[in-house]
Order: sequence, then structure tokens, then C-alpha cells
Amino acid sequence: MRIAIGTRKGLWTAKGGADGWEVSQPLKAMAEFSSVAWMPRGAGDPPRLLAGARSWFWGPSVLFSDDDGVTWSDPEHRAIAFPPDAGVAIERIWNLTPDPRQADVVWAGCEPHSLWRSSDGGSEFTLNAGLWEHPHRPEWMPGAGGAAIHTIAPRPDGSMVVAMSTGGVYRSADSDSGWVPANRGIRVDFQPEEYPEFNQCVHRIAVDGGDPSRVYAQNHGGVYRSDDSGDAWQPIMEGLPKDFGFVVLAHPSQGGTAWVIPIDAETMFPPEGRLRLWRTDDAGATWAETGDGLPDGHYASVMRDSAHVIEHDGDAAIAFGTRNGCVFASLDGGRTFTEVVSGLPDVLSVRISP
Amino acid sequence: MTDGSLVTVRLPQSLAEHAGGQRELAVDAPPGATLADVLDLLASMAPGVDRRVRDETGAVRRFVNVYVDEDECRTLDGLRTPVPPGTVLFVIPSVAGGAA
Repeated sequence: MRIAIGTRKGLWTAKGGADGWEVSQPLKAMAEFSSVAWMPRGAGDPPRLLAGARSWFWGPSVLFSDDDGVTWSDPEHRAIAFPPDAGVAIERIWNLTPDPRQADVVWAGCEPHSLWRSSDGGSEFTLNAGLWEHPHRPEWMPGAGGAAIHTIAPRPDGSMVVAMSTGGVYRSADSDSGWVPANRGIRVDFQPEEYPEFNQCVHRIAVDGGDPSRVYAQNHGGVYRSDDSGDAWQPIMEGLPKDFGFVVLAHPSQGGTAWVIPIDAETMFPPEGRLRLWRTDDAGATWAETGDGLPDGHYASVMRDSAHVIEHDGDAAIAFGTRNGCVFASLDGGRTFTEVVSGLPDVLSVRISP
Repeated sequence: MTDGSLVTVRLPQSLAEHAGGQRELAVDAPPGATLADVLDLLASMAPGVDRRVRDETGAVRRFVNVYVDEDECRTLDGLRTPVPPGTVLFVIPSVAGGAA
């Protein structure tokens, strides 16, 4: 199993599993890595490691490696660039999502709010014009972390759901055009209108592993579930210690199972310093704390792209990183965790590959 | 040796790998060229340098300084600064260690 770890200042990987983890030397330095992704390749080949980098000096770029970070593509051209008439420049690549429906297709969610598609495994990206030209776009605002399309969820029926801060959830039936807001029922507490059509500060969404029309959302205040692809949302935070956080994960195959990592909105600390996951097996009707082995007295947060879950050995493997440079991994669906590494810079992105 | 009919662009070591390993490039800029014109010519010679120095709108990146002989271009006329033949441009990353 591999874990990619993007931080505020450098990129690492870890290999291992039940017998422990071997953490690489820094694969890249002097750049922040807001997004990482593993893209499966042919049988016997290691997965492609994609990284959304931003050098403080030299700007953003998408890099990839097919040999676990020994060598890297570093294209001379701009892998992601707005057309000249847009009058804006890419600031950050917040999310990279390989499309499970099509080989070599990779999606990128960027700042300013924009969605991009690569059909060649990440060498070149094309702007999704439908979302860029959406009449709502002038009203989307940057969240505290910056303007970001941060969750990209391609679904088996050809549709796609994306989420952005702020802006909310949008859906397209063909993953290309006809984007419609899908936020009814998600409350906001930072403007007079509590239930606007859009501009919710959604921190993360995750599609249920058993029913692709069921979606979970960790909002800026509130955890929600939709059973109809975002047409309507119901609050499901009853039973959680806090309704704030940045992470929601859905089990890849077990319908109804999801995890959140609650954070206190006032302090941005895990509640009472207990860094824990909370798990539901009934789509949010009930929640239970989980995560033996995770620390108490822990006062660092977990960012929205810093957690990932994959299918593993009949259960789920979960890994997540913290803003104080720790990464934890579980091979048993989040019941127990071990520390993969500590002492890294601020962790911004984590992805697992089998 | 600098050819007085050309504009010389001096790069930091970290950009040399994107310029065929060279720290110095000579750009044949016509009389009346501006800094933007010279950077456009540089882009055709070394696109990997250009995308690191300028964003896709053509603006010089925030933490990159381009000196036109002795003066940073932002203290002159920015991208409209005249760059006559014989000028030396220095591309120098800012001191931005606070971000680390």
C-alpha cells in the first residue's frame, strides 16, 4: 500500500501496511502540494503519482511520476492555464481526481473556482467552460483557504457532483454542461438568508459506496446527507460532538458507512483535544467515536484534502494527515490507527493506493 | 561576453535547467522593444522559463523580480519598460523565506 503526502513544503510517500510504514525522503521541496492523487496504470506498473504543486516563486503546476517519485514530469508548457481572454491566472490546484470511468482522465479543481479535465493522464488540462461561464460564478467567494473547487465526484451514470468553498454543491448530468446548484436544505450561518440556492461553504462531500445517489456533506457548520444526488439535504449531525470539520469519507463499497473528523469551530482544535473519527453505519442516523491509537492532547486540525479511504481486505483503509505534520493510517475501517510519520510540515493532501 | 546588439537575460541557477542548462540567454530584441516584448521572445526560446517567470496573463509572478539593468521593473514602467539592445535583464526570486 502506498500513501502520498502533500504538505505546505514538500511531498513524501509512505509504503507499507500491517508490518509498518517506510517513509520516503522528501520527493519534492520548496513548494506546497495542495493535491495529490494516484492514478492506476497497467498491471505490474506502479500507479502514477500526480501532484498539484505551487512554488512560491515559480507558480503552480501539475507534476507526475510513474516510478514512485524517482523521476518526474515537469512540463515546459503550462499544464493548466486559463485562455488569454479569461484575464485570470491559476493560483492553486486544490484537487486532482482520476476518473474511475475513463482511463487516463484526470480532473482538477482549482483556484480561482474552476474545473479542468485532462484526457492524457495529467499532461494537459482543458477548462470546463460550462462551470466557468456559470452565471453564479461572480457570486462565489473564496473561503478562508482560498477559492476552491475541492471535491470532484464522477459517478457511474455519467454525471458528476462537485463542491466548492464557497459556492456549494453543483451537479451536471453529463460531467460537462448544464451545471445546477444542489444545496437545498444546507443552512448557512454567515449571511442573513439561511437557506440560499447556492454559496454554501461546503468543506467536503463524499458519495455513498452503496448508492451513488446518496451523498454526504461536511459543511461549514453541519453534516448533511442527500438521497437524491443533492436535490435535497437533511442534517445528520445529531450525535456528533461538533458539527464543524473539513473531512467526510464514505466507505467505497459499504452503503451507509461514512466517517467525519469533528473540529471545534471556535478553536479549530479537535474537541477536547481528542483527535478522533466518528463513524456511522446507518447513513448518519447514529454516530460512534472510533480510532483507537489516535492521540489525546492533540490540537492540530485535519484539512479537507488530507484524508482518504480505499477498499482494503474486505474492509476499508483510511489515512489522514494533520496540520502539525502527522499522518495516521488504519487498515480496519478506522477502528485502530498507527502513526505513519510525524514531524512533517503542515499536511495538505493525503491519498492511498492499494 | 555580452553582445551589445542583443539583450542578455541572466537566470538564477534554479531556472537554468529549463534553459538548456544555461544561466545566460541572448535575446535578439528589435529596437523599441519593451520588457513584455523581450519576455515574449524569451518564451519562444525557453517556455519553461517563461511559465515560471510570468503567469498566463503575462504578469510577472509576485515573488519574481526582473531587473532591467540596475532597476526592478516594477519601479520603472513594468512590462512597458523599454529594453534597448545591450540591456541586461536579471531574473531573481524574491527573498520570501517567511513563507517557509
